[in-house]
Amino acid sequence: MKRSITLLLVLLLAMGALLTACGGSADTPAEEPAPAADTSADTSADTTAEEPAAAEPAAEEVTLTIGFTASQTGKQNVSSTRQVNGLNLWMKDVNDAGGLVLSDGTVVKFTAVTYDDESNTDRVQELYTRIATEDNADFLISPYSSGLTAAAAVIAEQYGKVMITTGAASDSAYKQGYTQVYQAYTPASRYLTGAVDLLASLDPDAKKVAFVYENSKFSTSVVEAAKAYAEEQGYDVVLFEGYDPETTDFGPFINKIEDAAPDAILGGGHFQDGSTFARQINEKNIDVKFFTLLVAPPEPDFADLGDAALGVIGPSQWEPLAAFTPDSAKEAGLDWYGPLGDEFVSRYEAAYDGEEPSYHSAGGYAAGLILEKAILDADSVDPEAVHAVLENMDLLLFFGHIKFDTSPEAHGLQIGHSMVYIQWQDDGSGNLAKQVVWPMEGATADTLYPKP
Amino acid sequence: MDFLFASIIDGLLLGFVYGIAAMGLTLIWGVMNVINLAHGPIIALGMFGVYLIFTGLGVNPYIGVVLVAVLGLLLGMLIYYIAVHRVINAPHLSTLLATFSINMIIIGLGTAVFSASPRNVDFSLGSMTLGPITLLGSRVVAAVASLLITGGLYAFLYKTRQGRYIRAVANNRDAAELMGVPSTKILALSFGLGTMLASVAGALIATFFPFTILAGGVYELKSFVIGVLGGLGNPIGALFGGLILGVLEGIIPTFMPTTWVPVLEFVLFVLILLVRPQGIFGAKK
Amino acid sequence: MSGIRKYLGLILAIVVVLAMAAWPVINGKDITREVVFTMLLSVGLASSLNILLGYTGYVSFGHVVFFGLGGYVGFYLMAVHDWSLWTAMIAGGLASAALAFLLGKAILRLRGGYFALATIGVNEAVRAFINNFDPFGGPVGMSLNFQVYKNYGGGAREALWMSFYILVALTLLITVVTYMVRSSKFGLGLLAIREDEDAAEVMGVIAPNAKTWAYVLSAVFPGILGVLFFFKNGNIEPAPAFRLQMSIEMIVMVMLGGQGTVLGPILGGAGYQRLRGFLLTNPLFKNIQLAVAGVLLLVIVLFVPAGVVGWVRQRFPKLRRVLQ
Repeated sequence: MKRSITLLLVLLLAMGALLTACGGSADTPAEEPAPAADTSADTSADTTAEEPAAAEPAAEEVTLTIGFTASQTGKQNVSSTRQVNGLNLWMKDVNDAGGLVLSDGTVVKFTAVTYDDESNTDRVQELYTRIATEDNADFLISPYSSGLTAAAAVIAEQYGKVMITTGAASDSAYKQGYTQVYQAYTPASRYLTGAVDLLASLDPDAKKVAFVYENSKFSTSVVEAAKAYAEEQGYDVVLFEGYDPETTDFGPFINKIEDAAPDAILGGGHFQDGSTFARQINEKNIDVKFFTLLVAPPEPDFADLGDAALGVIGPSQWEPLAAFTPDSAKEAGLDWYGPLGDEFVSRYEAAYDGEEPSYHSAGGYAAGLILEKAILDADSVDPEAVHAVLENMDLLLFFGHIKFDTSPEAHGLQIGHSMVYIQWQDDGSGNLAKQVVWPMEGATADTLYPKP
Repeated sequence: MDFLFASIIDGLLLGFVYGIAAMGLTLIWGVMNVINLAHGPIIALGMFGVYLIFTGLGVNPYIGVVLVAVLGLLLGMLIYYIAVHRVINAPHLSTLLATFSINMIIIGLGTAVFSASPRNVDFSLGSMTLGPITLLGSRVVAAVASLLITGGLYAFLYKTRQGRYIRAVANNRDAAELMGVPSTKILALSFGLGTMLASVAGALIATFFPFTILAGGVYELKSFVIGVLGGLGNPIGALFGGLILGVLEGIIPTFMPTTWVPVLEFVLFVLILLVRPQGIFGAKK
Repeated sequence: MSGIRKYLGLILAIVVVLAMAAWPVINGKDITREVVFTMLLSVGLASSLNILLGYTGYVSFGHVVFFGLGGYVGFYLMAVHDWSLWTAMIAGGLASAALAFLLGKAILRLRGGYFALATIGVNEAVRAFINNFDPFGGPVGMSLNFQVYKNYGGGAREALWMSFYILVALTLLITVVTYMVRSSKFGLGLLAIREDEDAAEVMGVIAPNAKTWAYVLSAVFPGILGVLFFFKNGNIEPAPAFRLQMSIEMIVMVMLGGQGTVLGPILGGAGYQRLRGFLLTNPLFKNIQLAVAGVLLLVIVLFVPAGVVGWVRQRFPKLRRVLQ
């Protein structure tokens, strides 16, 4: 009996030791990965430069920490990586230029702290809490995708950290009473409405439209809004149907579309299903005049589909060809800020082995720019001052017009930015090239209509 | 009505390939009572095999399929010796988790190497239109290939010594061992054949659908459904199960929203397990 | 004295859970709370699954269905009908229990691999159904308004701490329940089923009933935990709620710690999450963390199939009284 009690004691002690060891090790990895997880080696170089500068009282230098999670693994990996590349490029540009200089001579530089969210919501809140409390991030950027962003927004709001969202288009996250969250993207509700306008301008007689979409959060929100808009414009929605996100064979679905004989098909979902769908529409020789898909067409990789890509239209948050300039800002009566579109493209390609930036990359860069401009206008790194500037922000970037809803019902929702629509066309030498076809004022080519 | 007919044809052609994928799963189950949870990633590896051979070396994808088959066989035997052999007589949980750990390893390394970005084998055999039906060359070839593979598997199982050994081990491993059948080698060979079928199915699918390293998961779930439809352990049943699933996927969208397809599929799956766990074609035990 | 001795196993398990729970309370750090939240959630899920998997030997591969369904029912009541978290948790637990009860009689007839496959099928069917079920938001899911958190003591921070304390209480409750089941006649019946179901029937265990109740018990708590998790998460969507991968992780945790023991799933759940957290944030492993985790799992399955607690019990029989 005595023996078993001694044994219990020993065990308890061992357990205690184990737990304290856990506690200790829990804190170490928390701090360790911060610099290590930083994907841009360039910025950490600037962090080290901070110390000698701080010793000099002449110009005070502060380094702000920008925190976010990235989907280094899992199904959002590709888009998320592009987004993070864009953001890191922004950070590098600012730091290489010597940082931001405020009126009192303070130099502001940036460093990133990031973790892998595995494209899963499970740990998003844990990681954002870590970013907010342990890594003391000053400002947050959203993860990629609406679902992950919704989970992160709870944490941003809780700690009163400003979070610029990019790659998170669903409207619903901005209608939950948050005050710290600002959206860089055009929201889902306005993703496809422009395509309806484009169709109207092309062919007033084409009245039969089919909405076919991936049954997921983002695409369903998009097509529901677009359907309402199309019906308002007098369109006859002959088919409104989702497909499962796991769908690989669209054969039966396409047969059903063919049976409904629409003039136009609008919908899609993400890259994988969208490109599969486009390929099978082409293989089946479906006779449709107007074909618009979400997400997939603007991606440079969409050209891999060859003929199947020809004539496909897609809404894009940003295009290299969409030339927003200081002049266009003047015309619209807006402030211009940041680099020109082609400056961004060439820097991006130089930084990432010639990889062509997609709108996810531009979104990441723009999120950084928004923050940068807000800090400059606030002339302070104080989050509340920055927050106040964001409330009234109204400016033009290479990414487009940025203005946030400030009503309590939809605080932070993007109301300035709008989509451009691209179409894959033959460039005359047999190669595929993206052209901007809508809005009219930014168009680089006429729409190929009907779709070949 | 035309499109119903067209959808049935579409479903049938695809069903052959589903059948091959499920055959791989069900063969392993039949011989050694192991549910191979690495089935999906192996299908994905088959896809990447063809992709790399086609885009990297510029070799015709159908030659790629043959190469993938050989690699699949070797990979399967390797997996058997490393992960399965030690727990072959342990409770189900052990083999489930052992094969699942292989799943994690393949997906983990695969994502690190290939990322999760979609790949596309840009290869087309054109299409043929007969009235309302459009037949795609690559799918017809895949269906024919699936039939040949099934025939080949049967010839192997019934006409060769190795094949007879496999059937003997599947029937009664202890008795087979007493008769002098080298059971470990035969088990490894069976596992290899199972993964070979899975990787070939992946390779064929890659000739007509884009895919990612994670794409195998869907086909793994479909293989479970098909395996149960046709009776687990029954390769020819798997082929018919594949056809049934393909046709169902073709027919269901004609009278209800396409998103209900997986609901019906899995409800059917559970029902068959409950009512007729030996499958539609399995003999009553 | 002998009274205490009798309960040493339970006391040790409770002490371990309390020690984990005390850690963020003592250092007061929010991040510690989040880390321990993830760990305790896993402990709760693994311990629940253990009632079925560990005691009866039935491998439920789709156990996440109870987490997701409970979460959905509770979230719906909170987001659409303004129920409080408390009643929503009860409703979520009941919904999962009801599903388990209905399913139990039918699918628990299946043995071994067939049962495992059927549970996967059930999870996928429910996920696909919810994806089409408009009252629950279909594919879009549902979100909670941030104002809701203000009803729980002032702000989100208080609500998050409260979620943590609820989780601690639930984990303790689950621990006590798994202990009581194990030491009861009912539990002995379950263990008999695990060893040999037919023999157990001969010995007078009414196996179908016993199995069904074990299934229901193992489903109630994941349902409640689902409500709590998605309440804290602020939104719910079909794919994250019914993630098959999570089911498998639950099994791994039970295996890691030692199936059929009270302490095993607690150590397994906590250990697994710490390990994953470490691999995810470790610069050396983060790109191949999944593959590393796979190798570790394989090593455990091949060489330590009884799990940590089971292994210690085999090696040191003297400790069996303490390690239950």
